[in-house]
Parts: sequence; C-alpha cells; structure tokens
Amino acid sequence: MSVLVGNETRLVVQGITGREGAFHAEACRDYGTNLVAGVVPGRGGQTAVGVPVFDTVAEAVEKTQANVGFVLVPPPFCADAYAEAVDAGLDLVVSITEGVPTRDMVRVMRTVPPGGTRILGPNCPGVISPGKAKVGIMPGFIHQEGHVGVVSRSGTLTYEAVHQLSQRGIGQSTCVGIGGDPVIGTNFVDVLELFAADDDTEAVILIGEIGGGAEEEAADFIRRELKKPVVSFIAGQTAPSGRRMGHAGAIVMGGQGTAAGKMEALRSAGCTVVESPAEMGAAMEARLRG
Amino acid sequence: MNLHEHQAKALLAEYGVPIPRGKVAFSVDEAVAAASELGLPVVVKAQIHAGGRGKAGGVRLARTEDEVRAAADAILGATLVTKQTGPEGRLVRRLLVEEGVAIARELYVSFIIDRSTGRPMCIASAAGGMDIEEVAAETPEKILTVTVDPAMGMQPFQARRLAFGLGFEGQVFRNGTKFLTALYRAFDGLDASQVEINPMLVTEGGDVLALDAKVSVDDSALFRQPEVAALRDIHEESPLEVEASKHRLSYIKLDGSVGCMVNGAGLAMATMDIVKLAGASPANFLDVGGGASAEQIENAFRILSSDPEVRVVLINIFGGILRCDRLAKGLIAAVRKLGVTLPIVIRMEGTNVELARRMLEESGLDFTTADGMRDAAGQVVRKLEAVPA
Repeated sequence: MSVLVGNETRLVVQGITGREGAFHAEACRDYGTNLVAGVVPGRGGQTAVGVPVFDTVAEAVEKTQANVGFVLVPPPFCADAYAEAVDAGLDLVVSITEGVPTRDMVRVMRTVPPGGTRILGPNCPGVISPGKAKVGIMPGFIHQEGHVGVVSRSGTLTYEAVHQLSQRGIGQSTCVGIGGDPVIGTNFVDVLELFAADDDTEAVILIGEIGGGAEEEAADFIRRELKKPVVSFIAGQTAPSGRRMGHAGAIVMGGQGTAAGKMEALRSAGCTVVESPAEMGAAMEARLRG
Repeated sequence: MNLHEHQAKALLAEYGVPIPRGKVAFSVDEAVAAASELGLPVVVKAQIHAGGRGKAGGVRLARTEDEVRAAADAILGATLVTKQTGPEGRLVRRLLVEEGVAIARELYVSFIIDRSTGRPMCIASAAGGMDIEEVAAETPEKILTVTVDPAMGMQPFQARRLAFGLGFEGQVFRNGTKFLTALYRAFDGLDASQVEINPMLVTEGGDVLALDAKVSVDDSALFRQPEVAALRDIHEESPLEVEASKHRLSYIKLDGSVGCMVNGAGLAMATMDIVKLAGASPANFLDVGGGASAEQIENAFRILSSDPEVRVVLINIFGGILRCDRLAKGLIAAVRKLGVTLPIVIRMEGTNVELARRMLEESGLDFTTADGMRDAAGQVVRKLEAVPA
C-alpha cells in the first residue's frame, strides 16, 4: 500500500489546457498515473493530453469516475478550483499554485465537510507513491519504490531527501509535500496519521522549517502515536528573526517558531534530528539498521 | 506588505475603527500647519516600518507651536534605532501629527491568522502599551483569545466576551464592542495578515480609539487590494531586495561572505544552514524559484555580486524538471556577460547532470563542481581560506 495516491488513483487535471496544466498532466501520465480527464470551463467536449475535457469537475466525476484532482490554475482562481473539487466529492485535490491569498484558503477550508475531500497544498510539490502514481511536479526519476514515507513543507528540499535515500538504495512508500504557506489543507499530523496506519511505511522522514507550530504538533503526535522510526531536519536554523524566508510561512516571530525549539520538541519525541541537511539519508539508513 | 501608521489608520477608519484626528507631514512647516489645524496639544510621531519608536525618541508631545517645530525638526531626517530596526537604524522621512487625547486606560488588541486552526483569531489584553510577547510569557492569564469562523465573521457574543474580559462597562462597553467588530471587518476586508492595535485607548470621555496601528497585508492578495498596493514605501525596504522583487526573486541580505543562490525556499534555508555548520557565514538568502531560467540566474548573479561582502558564491540547484545542461548554459552565459570574478562553487542535481558538469569544467571559468551539499559547503570554506578578505 501507499497513502493518498496509488494504483486506484483516477486523476482529473483542473486547468489541463494551460501551458503548465498540459505539461504536468502529461508528466504525471507518463510516470504511470491513471489520467482520466481534464476540466476547463468552456472547453467541455474537447480533448487534451489524450483525455476528454469537461466544463465542470462534477461532470468529469460522473463520466470518468475521477477521484483525485490536480489544480494547475493561477492564484486568484485556485481556491475556487479547490472548492469545486470539494463540492464534486473527490477524495483528494492537490494544488501547486504559489501565491494563493491566505484569506481564500481560510474560506475554502471552511467548505470541507467532516470526512470530505482532503486538500493538499497550495504551494507544494504534490504527492508521489513511487512506481504507482504521481500527482505533482516532482521529478519522478529520483524516486524508488520502498518503505520510507517522506513529508515536508518544502519542495526542492524534499527532492534532496529523496535523492539521498535513493542513492542509498532506500525506497519510498509515499512522498508528500504539504506546502510552505501559512494556511494549508493538509498538515504534518494528517500525513503522519496516514503513515502510522500504512503497513507499507516502516519509517518516516519529516522535513520542517522555521515558523508556526506545526512541527511541535507533529512532535506531540509522534510521541503519542507513531511507533515507527522518524528522522527529521528543520530548515532555517541560521535564519534571522522577523524576516520572511521565501515561504510566507517561514518567519520567526517573538521567539516563536524557532528551529531550536522545533528540533528540541522532535528530539524529545524520539526522533533522530539531524543538524545538517546532508545527513538525512545517512541517518535514516542508521535508524533502519536499528 | 507593511504599512506606515498613518496609512494603516486611514484604512482602518474607512471600516469604522475610531482613530484620533491626525495629519501626515513631510516637512517641519507641514507639521506646524497640521498642528494649528488640529489644535494644541499634539503628538508628533515618526513614521517608519518598525516598532519601539517611543523609546528611541521618535514620539513627542508638543504643547506649543515652538514645541511642534522643535519636535518635527528633531525627528524628521533623524535615524531612529529601535529594537526592530537593527543597529543601522531607519531614516525618518515623514511624520504623523495627531491630536493629544486624555488617556484613561491602555489595552491591546490584534487579529492574526491562527495557523493551527487556519482561522482568524483575536488576541486581546488589558495590559496595553506593552510587548504582547512579554505579557504572553509572564502573565498568560491576562491574554484573551477568540477564534472567528470566516463564514460568520466576528459574532456579537464574541465581541461581548472580549469586552467583558477587558473590564469594559456602560458606554465604554458599547464603544468597545463596536471597535472590535469594525476591526475584524477591516482585517478581513483588507486581506491583512496582521492588524495590531497597541495601545487601544479608552479616553477620559469614554471613547475607544486606536492610538497606534500596525497593519500588514498579505502580499499574495495585493492584486485585489490596489488601494493598499499603492501605499508601498520603497524607502522602507533594502534597495537590493526591491531590485530582487522586480525579478520575482526572493532575496534577503544577511551579514556573511558566502553568496548563496538556490532554487526553492526550504533548500535555500538548508543551504544557509550547511554553510554555517561548515564554519562560514551566508551573505544572503536567495531563492530563484522552482524553474530557475537563464534570465533568472543572470538577475540573481547581478544582485548577489553587488553585495561587496560576498567573497565566494555557492550555487545549489536541484534540477527537478529543469535540465542541468540548460542550467549550466545559463550560468556560463551569465558569468561571461557580467564578468563575475568571484570563485563559484556549484552543486547541482537532476537530469543530465554529468553533461552539465563537463560543460562547466570546459568553460575555462572559475567553477568548482561539488558532489552533494556537504562537499559543496567544504569547497566553499576552502575557497574562502584561499581568497584574501
């Protein structure tokens, strides 16, 4: 098994006729994802990337049994695309869009009913279950099938971790980028819950960064519930206080959200916390050897 | 995006948040004119994007025209050093001249987005005028919070709960709930990431006013907040950072000597961390974005190398969808075009990385290719030791 996406995934790409939409729809399909439909309002009846295009997500679900959405639309339209996916009852909807207004995310999260569609992102690389399905913009070739789950707030730093694992012959069950924005659909704890319940995931790499309290919440969950080895790295140990480091979420305010505090919380929860980003793969190798 | 106090107050007033009467002044004469229009006494306040102005001498009470002139003359053109400006301080280019008000009580109120719930949260405290982080650390029981349902907005019962908690009574209670409700509407309507009123004032006459106001607006929402976007004051930002933002580069100047160029914010922070671990110090944070086109790389190089502190450049790119050979081509072109003479250590990974390395090595330029992040940091330190400071 894997989590979030896999062989059962039936993908609908929202915004499939755009340049980015077509490019990434094709890349996901080429990786082996079962791409079944596209949605672009006003383009219903056309074909793109070899699949039918519909005017609405609801229609795509009805005609093709799509269950996962991938949103590739500009920032002002992203929340609406998420909301449409929620309304259509998809299991999961992922967006890589950067620059979505926080207020839009606050509102769209309010529309998700209990047990409803899981929103991933925005401003994240997406999710991949190596060898099965990819719904995101990550380079598929650096991944290997295996049993380590990876969850991260960052994009390219996730690739770095995956690369270090694959170089050592350590494969991954599922790699999830949750995104660096202040309000995101799926947080660390949500993904850790999935990894905890997934028999195929034997260990977890958690990559956090400065700002907010999500890593501390993750540490709490790990202490209480996750009986699997966890290796962690926190980016931004050297970042100055009060400055936003690229990601809107990466800012240390009034001593809250520091790397030191997060590292300590994770360490006390039993995680192996590495100080150097070059040590993630080696630390996991050591933990797996026991 | 941050706003000046006078801008923030003007915006809040549009949403019905009561503020003292005041006028912005860019010269001593304008300040004197403003004071005579408002009536004495007035308070003359430095307008910079940093807190702690009072303690640094940037806020003065003036009871006569001469005092207004003296205060304006002393503050305008001065460089204020507060705990938020850093040691270099901030030059004062404008003033807010405000009517003096008779203070009965000072309180604190702010709205932020609470990340753990993903919803707006109001934070209020009877301990106004103080650093709220200090209050939270020392007397957490004095902090009141209310989480707002974005679909409902701030509810009357929530405003009442806060007003009771702050000890409001009678007319002050009615003014207080109105104030809080209007403040939430402003927070929501302006796409603010933070609205902080410290202090929120109760006057001797029972009015509730925003005596100071700090408003930060979500950069991602500026496309639909043209009125706010027009208020940007680039004097409050570092010139290199302004230049970088024009090219959609995320750049923050730091005080080390290793110029860093990385794709992705997380990897950029991690690169700074590994530089520090190796015993060197990053000169900047620079995220060229996920794509990193040849043009972006050229712009990034120009900004990096205009910092005189930079002695070595470290480039760390995880190619992803971007092919490494294309990246190498862009790099070589940029270095030739700009005549960069600094030693450059490059770590890259992704498609066609072998070809890219060969291209760099055969270019005849001073490139050092590294294998992995640790090797890259080590190479940087060796280069630093080799070049004189």
